Amino acid sequence: MSTSPTKMERYWKKNLQTLAILLSFWFLVSFGFGIIWVEELNTIRLGGFKLGFWFAQQGSIYTFVLLIFIYVYRMNALDREFNVNED
Amino acid sequence: MDLLTWTYLLVGVTFTLYIGIAIWSRAGSTQEFYVAGGGVSPLANGLATAADWMSAASFMSMAGIISFSGYDGSVYLMGWTGGYVLLALLLAPYLRKFGKFTVPDFVGDRFYSNKARVVAVICALFISFTYVAGQMRGVGIVFSRYLELPIEWGVVIGMAIVFFYAVLGGMKGITYTQVAQYCVLIFAYLVPAIFISMQLTGNPIPQLGLGGEVADGVPLLDKLDGILVDLGFEEYTSGKKSIPDLFMITLALMVGTAGLPHVIVRFFTVPKVRDARLSAGYALAFIAILYTAAPAVAAFGIYNTIQSTSEKSINDLPSWVTNWQQTNLIGIEDKNGDGKIQYLADPTTNELRIDKDIMVLASPEIAALPNWVVGLVAAGAMAAALSTAAGLLLVISTSISRDLFKTFQPEISDKKELRIARIAAAGAVLLAGYFGINPPGFVAEVVAFAFGLAASSFFPVILLGIFSTRINKEGAIAGMIAGLVFTISYISYFKFISPELNTAAHWWWGISPEGIGSLGMALNFVVCYGVSYLTPAPPKEVQQLIQEIRIPKGAGKAIDH
Repeated sequence: MSTSPTKMERYWKKNLQTLAILLSFWFLVSFGFGIIWVEELNTIRLGGFKLGFWFAQQGSIYTFVLLIFIYVYRMNALDREFNVNED
Repeated sequence: MDLLTWTYLLVGVTFTLYIGIAIWSRAGSTQEFYVAGGGVSPLANGLATAADWMSAASFMSMAGIISFSGYDGSVYLMGWTGGYVLLALLLAPYLRKFGKFTVPDFVGDRFYSNKARVVAVICALFISFTYVAGQMRGVGIVFSRYLELPIEWGVVIGMAIVFFYAVLGGMKGITYTQVAQYCVLIFAYLVPAIFISMQLTGNPIPQLGLGGEVADGVPLLDKLDGILVDLGFEEYTSGKKSIPDLFMITLALMVGTAGLPHVIVRFFTVPKVRDARLSAGYALAFIAILYTAAPAVAAFGIYNTIQSTSEKSINDLPSWVTNWQQTNLIGIEDKNGDGKIQYLADPTTNELRIDKDIMVLASPEIAALPNWVVGLVAAGAMAAALSTAAGLLLVISTSISRDLFKTFQPEISDKKELRIARIAAAGAVLLAGYFGINPPGFVAEVVAFAFGLAASSFFPVILLGIFSTRINKEGAIAGMIAGLVFTISYISYFKFISPELNTAAHWWWGISPEGIGSLGMALNFVVCYGVSYLTPAPPKEVQQLIQEIRIPKGAGKAIDH
């Protein structure tokens, strides 16, 4: 009974760390590359695209999808590690 | 076969399919009506969420908006997809673990207060009604354009279909029809996009074609920049909006997306917490297919339109221009009398008026595709509008039967509750239909409202409700009201009271009404925190509830408190 709360706290802390890392990428590709630094990135080209424009209309969306699947994978592993998974 | 026959055929077949699915998956209990019995697979839920989310506006209007705003249109692309990252990481798994039926359920239980629940119900109803009126209008417009029926008849037919499967089938019926509707709408969106991409750039994948080269070897986007600048417009790949405004609008749309009740409720339908996470990933992947194709459709559309009209003789225009002139989506006025069209940025000399919906609706004709593709686009637009309308109607009916009736009359039987839910859904269909036929003049403006309100009311309190054990009912109620009142006042002031002042010079810190939900959200956070720390902490059992929703494993079993 006495060890469970700390285990729970460690699980929650790792969860929050995962969120912080993934959300910083979420912020970087959309608000960062797509808006704040768009003009700087537009000087670089990606095929027929200006890079900043590509992030704003394509790249950020691909990254979002990727981030959710990384989250799913990471959390499933974390759930198993702390034995809080559902099966 | 001619165009009208194809359209009737394809729309008829898809409608029959939806009704068949509705009969097959009728709801028998409140649990099935509210959350499809909680037994939807993550993949099916992902498909259904994508159809639920992509509305008539996503399907018909978004590409057109981007066509005419270029880079500035990115706020919608990033805003309406980035919200799913927030939803998947911050809300969906925990709300699934909480394991009830509605967003007001969570607010009411977590903040141990029926007042908080009622505030949440009011927000949910307002957001959903705002949205659903636009969908019904969309159904009417598609009917009138493609099937040559009056808009009123189109709305009535749409109402009858939605009535049938939403009222009968509840969440269970809606979920499986939405799966079918996703397939219809994505096919209808991609077929013309792929053909046009091949014609223009030789690349069959529209997302790559956008970065491809047109016939003379110049990249499409560079060519477009040049053409638009020559005509006096901004470059396509750079925008007019300021960075702070772009930032705030994108944030408001993202947070608003994550706070929309009809989207959140979809994650209550899967069996496990793990499934809620995974199905958010599927949902965004399915949404991304359309959202990454949309900017390509936008650029192809504006390029084709300018190429086939600018400086061309009025008597010698392609047939799609004259076709859509009849529906008043294209207007031509030869101001200087030279017999040619001048498409220019300056409104005093511009001779061509193009409605934004043209970019999707007329795309098969612009690319000279066969008639069945045109019929397919009509069926796709219909699928997009109906699936979203059904999801919203369910939120409305659930809010009334469960969050209002059941809360204040807990003794009513399951059967009676189900009947109330069905009557509420029927009433909501009628009301939505009324607004579809008699649209309030402000339909376009209220979109800012729906997202602003979701961002400034629900998102902060749900987030803090999960991630803080210290936030109490006083804080949550004060936060929601502060966020709502601020956001409503700001939008109303610039949209309805003094629309003449709606310019960057008068906005606070250059934030437009579309982006003000971000500030409303910040205010909600601050008030919620401040008030909570000045008032007593939530009771023990609520703190325990929070600990429980934070782990996936079944209620309290593995954890000793």
